[in-house]
Amino acid sequence: MEKSNNIQSRRSFLKVSSITGGGMMIGFSWLANLIPNEAIAAAVASKDWIALTGFIKIFPDNRITILSPNPEFGQNVMTSLPMMIAEELEVDWTKINVEQGDYDTPRFKRQFTGGSQAMRTTWKPLRTAGATARLMLLQAAANEWNVPVAELTASNGFVKHKASNKTLSYGALATAASKLPTPEKISLKKNGEFSLIGTPQKNVEGSKLVTGKSLFTMDYKHEGMLIAMAIRPTAFGMKLKSFDATDALKMPGIKDVFEIQVYKDGYVKAGFDTRTFNNLVVVVGNTTWEVMNARKKVNIQWEAFQPYKELAGTGNNKREDTIPAGLESSDEHMKQMYEKQKVQGKILRKDGDPEAAFAKAKKVIEKTYSAPFLPHNTMEPISCFAHITEEKAFFVAPIQIPEMMKQSITTNLDIPAEKIEMKLARMGGGFGRRAYGHYIVEAGLISKKMKAPIKLIYTREDDMTNGVYRPSYMVTYKAAIDEKNNVTAIHIKGGGIPENAIHENRFPAGAFENYLAEGWDIPSNITIGAFRAPRSNFIASAEQSFLDELAEAIGKDPIDFRIELLKKAKANPIGKNNEYDADRYIGVLELVKEKSNWGSPKNKNAKRGVAAYFCHNSYAAHVLELTMKDGQPVVGNIVSALDCGVVVNPEGAKNMVEGAIVDGIGNVLFGGLRFEKGVPMQKNFNQYRMIRMKEAPKKIDIHFVQNNVDPTGLGEPPFPPIFAAFANALYKATGKRHYHQPFIKDLNKS
Amino acid sequence: MAKYKLKINSKSFDVDVDPNTPVLWVLRDHINLIGTKYGCGVGSCGACTIHLNGRALRSCQLPVSAVGVQEITTIEGLSENGEHPVQKAWIEQDVAQCGYCQTGQIMTAAALLKSKPNPTDEDIDSYMSGNICRCGTYTRIRTAIKTAAKSTTK
Repeated sequence: MEKSNNIQSRRSFLKVSSITGGGMMIGFSWLANLIPNEAIAAAVASKDWIALTGFIKIFPDNRITILSPNPEFGQNVMTSLPMMIAEELEVDWTKINVEQGDYDTPRFKRQFTGGSQAMRTTWKPLRTAGATARLMLLQAAANEWNVPVAELTASNGFVKHKASNKTLSYGALATAASKLPTPEKISLKKNGEFSLIGTPQKNVEGSKLVTGKSLFTMDYKHEGMLIAMAIRPTAFGMKLKSFDATDALKMPGIKDVFEIQVYKDGYVKAGFDTRTFNNLVVVVGNTTWEVMNARKKVNIQWEAFQPYKELAGTGNNKREDTIPAGLESSDEHMKQMYEKQKVQGKILRKDGDPEAAFAKAKKVIEKTYSAPFLPHNTMEPISCFAHITEEKAFFVAPIQIPEMMKQSITTNLDIPAEKIEMKLARMGGGFGRRAYGHYIVEAGLISKKMKAPIKLIYTREDDMTNGVYRPSYMVTYKAAIDEKNNVTAIHIKGGGIPENAIHENRFPAGAFENYLAEGWDIPSNITIGAFRAPRSNFIASAEQSFLDELAEAIGKDPIDFRIELLKKAKANPIGKNNEYDADRYIGVLELVKEKSNWGSPKNKNAKRGVAAYFCHNSYAAHVLELTMKDGQPVVGNIVSALDCGVVVNPEGAKNMVEGAIVDGIGNVLFGGLRFEKGVPMQKNFNQYRMIRMKEAPKKIDIHFVQNNVDPTGLGEPPFPPIFAAFANALYKATGKRHYHQPFIKDLNKS
Repeated sequence: MAKYKLKINSKSFDVDVDPNTPVLWVLRDHINLIGTKYGCGVGSCGACTIHLNGRALRSCQLPVSAVGVQEITTIEGLSENGEHPVQKAWIEQDVAQCGYCQTGQIMTAAALLKSKPNPTDEDIDSYMSGNICRCGTYTRIRTAIKTAAKSTTK
C-alpha cells in the first residue's frame, strides 16, 4: 500500500498505454484525503490518503469496456460504479461492456466493498476517470481536424465538430488520444446535471445470472483441480489434538489428508484476519462427494485449549488480545450480561447531571433489550480456489476487501506480493462475512502442500458453525420523566459478547440536557466480525423500540416525538460530537410520514410501526404494517424513506433497500445462533430458520429524498431501523412489547 | 462406482460414479453444468432445484442411481438462449442481487407456472417458500412470476 503524509501533493494522474491490437487503455490513480468511515476506520487508520482506480478500455471498433474495481456481492456496484465513469465519458450505456477488475490494489488503489462506502469513496475518482478520458479524446479530435477543443462536443462515444459536420468515434481517436499528455484541469458535471446517473439501469450481469453462467468461486474449474474440505473443531474453545486418517485415505478418490496451520505462530493479525480455528485437518480428493464422504472417516481427537494471547493491529496500533478458554453457552451468556448490567460500566458520554434528573423524576421507564449471535448465512458457502506454483500464486477468491489481503497472503503463505494474481469472483452474498479472508490463506496452504490447483469448499454446516458472527448484545434504556411529562434524562447502558453496540454520539444524544451512556464487554472465544451495519443493527432495534415506548408513555405520536427531539437537538445541541444531521434525519421522517399517510392509513385492519436511524452517512425511516394470523405476524406493506444523497442507480438502490428490509424482518423474528458448551446448535437451514417467501412483505414502497448531496451508503442504512419498525408494529397488533430477539421464541410461547 | 447414462437437457451423458452421489454433484463435478447451485445439501434451500420429468426437485436429495431414464432439465436447458418467460421476467424485474440462489428460484418458478399458469399470491408464497434468497429479493420474485404469467397467458 502506498502512503503519503503530504496532503499538498494530492493530484490526479493518469497512466495511459496502448493495448495490443490498438486502442487505448486508461488506468488512473487518484490521491484523495477521504474521511475514514466507521467500518473501515480501524483498518485504514494508518493511511493518510486513500487512492482509487478504474479502467476504461476503448477498442478501435468503438467497443468500450469499463472495469469495475470493487468486488461485487449483490449490491450492484458492478453496474453503478461503471455508470459513474460512463456519465463523464459520454458514451451510450447500452453499448458498454463491464468487466470485474482483478486484484491489483497498487494500481486500482482502493478495492473494498463494505461499510456502505463503495459509492461514497469512488464518486469523485470514477467520474474523474471518465472526464479525463473524454478530454483526451476531444483533444485528439481537435488535433486531427486542427480546430479548437471548445468547438467540439462529445456524446454517445463520438466526437463531433458541428461547424464542419465532422464526426469521429472514440475508437478511431483512441490511439492518438493515448499519446497525449494527461489534462491537468478537469471539471466534473455538477450534481443535478447528469444524464445517466439517476436513471434506473439493470444489473449488467443479469442475463448471465438467469442462465447459470459461471460467475462464482464455487463454479470455478481448472485443469487438474482437486477438491479440498477442512475439518474444524466441533466447539469453540476446542483445538486439534490428534487425528488418524487411515480409513479416510482408503476411500475412493482421496489424494491426501493432512493438517494445516492457518496463521503462523506470532503472526500479527490485521483488521480482517479473523480469529479462526487455526489448526485444521484437510481432506483432498477428486470430487466433492468423495471428499464429503471421506471426511466422515477421519478419526479426530479435540481438546480444550488454555487461554492464549494473540497479537493484532497495524502500524503503531498493535495490541495483545487474550483469548479466554472455556465452552460457552447462550444461557450462560444471558446471565453474564444481566450481571454486567448491575455494575458500573465504562462511561462513554455524559451530558448534564443525569443522576440528579433521575432522582427528581416523577416516573422512570426502564427497558432491557437483547439479541443473539447471528451467522451471515451467505447463500454461497465460503470457498476459494488456489493454485500456487513457483511462478505465481493464483487465486479465484470471493473477498470483499482484496486491498487488505496482501499482508495475510504474503506472510502466511511466504509469497512475495508481486507473485499474487487474484480474480475477484462475484460473491454469493457477503454481508460482512467475506471481509475475513482466512479461507484464502487456507486454500493457499492446501495448494502448496498438494502442489496442485485446489478448490476449498465449506459445506453449509462448515459455513454456519465456523462463522465470524454478529456478536450477542444487551442494552438497557432508561428515561426520567417529570411531572409535566417531559423527558428530562436518558441513560443507556449496555454491552455485548465480546463488544458493546453503543454509539454514544448518535441520536438521541444531543436532544437531552441530561444524558449518560455506559458500556462494557465480556471476552469470548467465539469468533465475531462485521455483519451488515455492525453494532447499529442491534442498537437501533433497541433505541427505536424504546423511543416508541417513551412516546406512548408521554402521550405523543412516535413520529412527531422524534421530530420534536431532532428539532431541539438542532436548535440547541447538547454536548459535543453529535454525529447526525438533524435536518436530514427530520427529512426522512417527514417523507415517510407523508408517503405512508401516517395519520390516516389506508388499511384500517393493519397495525403500523415506525422507526428511523442514521448510520454509514445515510438516513432511513420505515413504516411497517402487519396483521396477526393464527398467532403469527404477517407483514403487509412497508413504506420507506431514504436519504443517501444522489442515487446513482435507482433500480439497484431500491433492490438493496428491499433486501435490507426483508433481511431485518427475518433476523428480528427468526435470527439467532444458540451455543451449548461451545457448540453452535443450528448447523444447516433445516435447523436455522431463514425468512422465506411466505413471510416476506407484501409490498415495499421506497422513496428517496431528492437532493444534490454527494452519494453516501445504502447497503447498510436501511437495515438497522427495520427491526424496530417491526417490533413497534407487532406491539400495536398484539398489545405486547418484545424485547428479546428473535421474537419468534416469545410468540410461540404465548 | 457404477456407470449411468443420463438424459440431461435433451442430451445424453455417460458417468461412472458412486451410486449414492447426489445428482447435484454429478451435474457440477462430472458434467460441468454449474448453474445448479449447492446451498445446503439437505433439501432446505432450493438452490439446487432441477426438473425431473418436468417436476421441480432438489438435486442434492436425488441419488444418481434413482434417475433411470427420467429426463433432467437444468437451468442451462430451460431455454436455448435464456428466453424462457421466467428468465425474461427475471431480467425485466431486475430480480437478482448476489444472484446465487436465482437459478434455483427460476427452476421452481418455471415448474409452478407449468402447473398453474396464473398463480395467486398465495400460490406463489406457498410454492416458492422452499427457496431461500438470503439477499431478500422475494418481493421482486413475486412480481417477476406474475410478469412471466402474464406474458405466457396473453
